[in-house]
Amino acid sequence: MNNTVIKVLRKPITSAIIAILIGFLVAAIVLASAGYDPGASFAALFSGMVGRPRYIVNVIIKATPLLFCGIAVAFAFKVGLFNIGAEGQYILGTVAATIVGIACDLPAVLEIPLVVLSGTIAGALSGALIGWLKAKFGIHEVITSIMFNWISLYLCNYVVSLDVFHQPNTTGTYAVHDTAFTMILPNWKLSDEGQAALANVPVLRDVLVRCDVNVGIIVAVVAAVFIGWLLKRTKMGYEMRAVGLNKDAARFAGINVEKNIVLCMVISGALCGIAGALNITGISPHGISTLAAFENNGFNGLSVAFIAGCSPVACIPASLLFAGLIYGGQTVQQTMGAPSEIISIMIGTIVFCMALGGVIPMLAEHIQRSRAERAEQARKLAAEAGATPVAAAGESGSQKDEDAAEPKAPAEASPKAAEPTDSSEKKGADGDAR
Amino acid sequence: MEASPDYAVQMHGITKTFGSFKALDGVDLDVKKQTVHAILGENGAGKSTLMNVLYGLYQADEGEVYLGGQSVQIQSPLDAIAHGIGMVHQHFMLVENFTVTENIILGDEVCHSMGVLDMARAKKEVEKIVDEYGFEVDPDAKIEDITVGMQQRVEILKALYRGADTLILDEPTAVLTPQEITQLIKIMHGLVAKGKTIIIITHKLKEIMESADACTIIRRGRYMGTVDVSKTTEEELASKMVGRHVSLTVEKGPANPGKTVLSVKDLHVKDARGIEQVCGLNIDVRAGEIVGIAGIEGNGQDEFVEAIDGLAKVDSGTISVNGEEIQNTVPRNVLDHKVATIPADRQRFGLVLPFTVAENVILERHQEEAFGKGATLDYGKVRSFTNGLIKEYDIRPADCVDSLAGGLSGGNQQKVIIAREVSSEPDLLVAVQPTRGLDVGAIEFVHKALIRERDRGAAILLISLELDEVMDVADTIAVIHHGKIVGTFKQGTVSEEKVGLLMAGGGKQ
Repeated sequence: MNNTVIKVLRKPITSAIIAILIGFLVAAIVLASAGYDPGASFAALFSGMVGRPRYIVNVIIKATPLLFCGIAVAFAFKVGLFNIGAEGQYILGTVAATIVGIACDLPAVLEIPLVVLSGTIAGALSGALIGWLKAKFGIHEVITSIMFNWISLYLCNYVVSLDVFHQPNTTGTYAVHDTAFTMILPNWKLSDEGQAALANVPVLRDVLVRCDVNVGIIVAVVAAVFIGWLLKRTKMGYEMRAVGLNKDAARFAGINVEKNIVLCMVISGALCGIAGALNITGISPHGISTLAAFENNGFNGLSVAFIAGCSPVACIPASLLFAGLIYGGQTVQQTMGAPSEIISIMIGTIVFCMALGGVIPMLAEHIQRSRAERAEQARKLAAEAGATPVAAAGESGSQKDEDAAEPKAPAEASPKAAEPTDSSEKKGADGDAR
Repeated sequence: MEASPDYAVQMHGITKTFGSFKALDGVDLDVKKQTVHAILGENGAGKSTLMNVLYGLYQADEGEVYLGGQSVQIQSPLDAIAHGIGMVHQHFMLVENFTVTENIILGDEVCHSMGVLDMARAKKEVEKIVDEYGFEVDPDAKIEDITVGMQQRVEILKALYRGADTLILDEPTAVLTPQEITQLIKIMHGLVAKGKTIIIITHKLKEIMESADACTIIRRGRYMGTVDVSKTTEEELASKMVGRHVSLTVEKGPANPGKTVLSVKDLHVKDARGIEQVCGLNIDVRAGEIVGIAGIEGNGQDEFVEAIDGLAKVDSGTISVNGEEIQNTVPRNVLDHKVATIPADRQRFGLVLPFTVAENVILERHQEEAFGKGATLDYGKVRSFTNGLIKEYDIRPADCVDSLAGGLSGGNQQKVIIAREVSSEPDLLVAVQPTRGLDVGAIEFVHKALIRERDRGAAILLISLELDEVMDVADTIAVIHHGKIVGTFKQGTVSEEKVGLLMAGGGKQ
């Protein structure tokens, strides 16, 4: 039975779940020490997430850009790039989508693809420039992409200030033409006919009328699956992973490292850009506003990616959870009267513990090792006591065989040391053929 | 054997397990005072584990350790040092931008009162030891400025400074040039004459024959016996170590050279710092022959190979493969000209360690239609292709197709690379240090693979720092010095001494 425990602990999903639980535990302590009842707070949090169909939909809407940005960051990370510029690329997506959506007035079949594509291209171009600077001149992508975040932010504010786009007496632009909207049944649900039909189905009315339910999440989930497939199952993904894991070997093998870096940043930027564009077409106010600070869709995307262990598909639950915490957190604020800082600390704590998820497999190792040591001692004691050691030794032996699949020991002893610790000749050579 | 004061170190019945794996199983070691005692074994046989037990890095599960006849418990390296045991690791633990003296006293500093360093006295103490053992090391030189051989002496000095009577040298010759090896052996004998005892861990037979008095052989964690080196042969040691007969001489038929495959004319290449490393190199390699380039490290070999592979810019001169110039193109173009390379640094250039074996096998060839139509990769095909190679090249463990390459042993990693490079049936195979760090059995395998490729009709360019390897395997021996070929000989027409002299820049033809 204990072996099953260890096996379960080794699974990544277990780490995530335990980390979340620990996160809640720590958050409970924080809440309690600030004078708020943790139980009631969490109850409020969960009812704020899933208490009504509308809440669930709003969580999904919030999760959409986080998912896109999460995939973008995870994808770049697999290719060895740290795209901290997801935020800026997202903003550029919103800006381009807004400009094109206001400037062009075409039928929906053309308008929607055009607007979404323009946002995607804007993000992609920004990514391309960052990638090109990295590939051509070796300028680190973290520096350039952080700077691009600010450039994008102020570009956004500049565009809002232009008379052509600025809606008087507001801090934002006009909305894009309604042919660009990507909500589900945007017109029907507000028509008399639609209202009448929905009146009998409160769940649907709650979902459709009272929030901007849109197609973004479907695109995002498709993108997550596609990017996962691209990385794992295509030659292009293979090359990119090789570049991410060992540039020298990739170059040596005839792979164009520079091309792959640029291409990766193009795709990563495009994913952020499409997130921005779909938020413009999908949710009101369907335009951009002056940004005093970052909205954090891109930065939270970083968290989502790392919670998901940089697996594109795992970004789907991670983004939903993250969005749920943010959205549900508002309810805690309202019902408990807790200041928003406490909510932020609570969310931060949970995410922090999830980021520490890697500790759990180590815990499994530790349990296993100390058990092996105990078994060893027991065997020695049995031998010293003059008892027949056969039974004890046999038992502990077989047990060890099962759970010590990978002896956690110095290089010489572990033929399957999963982690090549350094490139030293000896370590590699010394765990030799047996 | 009974514990006796005549022995510097005695280890009896040492057993050490890691998890379910028995690294050492009742191993004995008796090292007489004032001798050089070799511990021989294949990679992973347990030599290093045994020495780590002696040095207190591991605790043995069973067994006794005696020093000078006294039973001791060594719990940590500090205990070992206190008992007069010093260890020089294969990878030096020196601070690059410190001087020799500073490195030697590090951790055991000579101080005035109040903990202020007394460098003058420290230097004097270091000089005293340097002179006593005739080390010829400048105490004021910075580590980064001295050769690898000198750095090793600093490591030995560090141990002596701490009062070591018994020195453990872990694979001391792995990083040295032939000349430095000779000097090291001289130093070892000098130390023994001054009353020290030396244990060397190695898998190189020749050095044991030259330097050691006795040799203990370990195979797969088991004690295989101790032999008097003066009464044994290399062949006997090799077969005891591997457990089967190993051919130490390279068996091959005469070469049948065909048309010229690689032709290098007046090649000039600079290194990353802008210093010219290849300075007018000329060489031809024909189909069906092995041309070996012998030379001391840093004489332009790395830059030469990088130039062939399209990784380094060629300033002037040409590299032609089958009549087509390939210099200053991209690696893909070089590969498309059917040039395969077994790189010197297999973990940096040869493999993507976090990739599986299967993924590594198709590196360079992943775009081929055989591994998936269009843009997709067909892992079923990749895996079955890999399994074929695993069988053909005896890559172990046999079920490693989905294991990470980083988890394989060095010898098996090299087999993966060789399998990949050879399976593409290249016209030109460039093998750089193909046996570095490998044990006797694996070396034999690599040499056989090279000769098989030669007999298939490939042109082979073998670049090695091991002079023996070039002398034994190559049909034509070329000597490189300062980025130029300074001599070319047919195998059997030149002595090792002559080649060694040319390598060092002497004896112009």
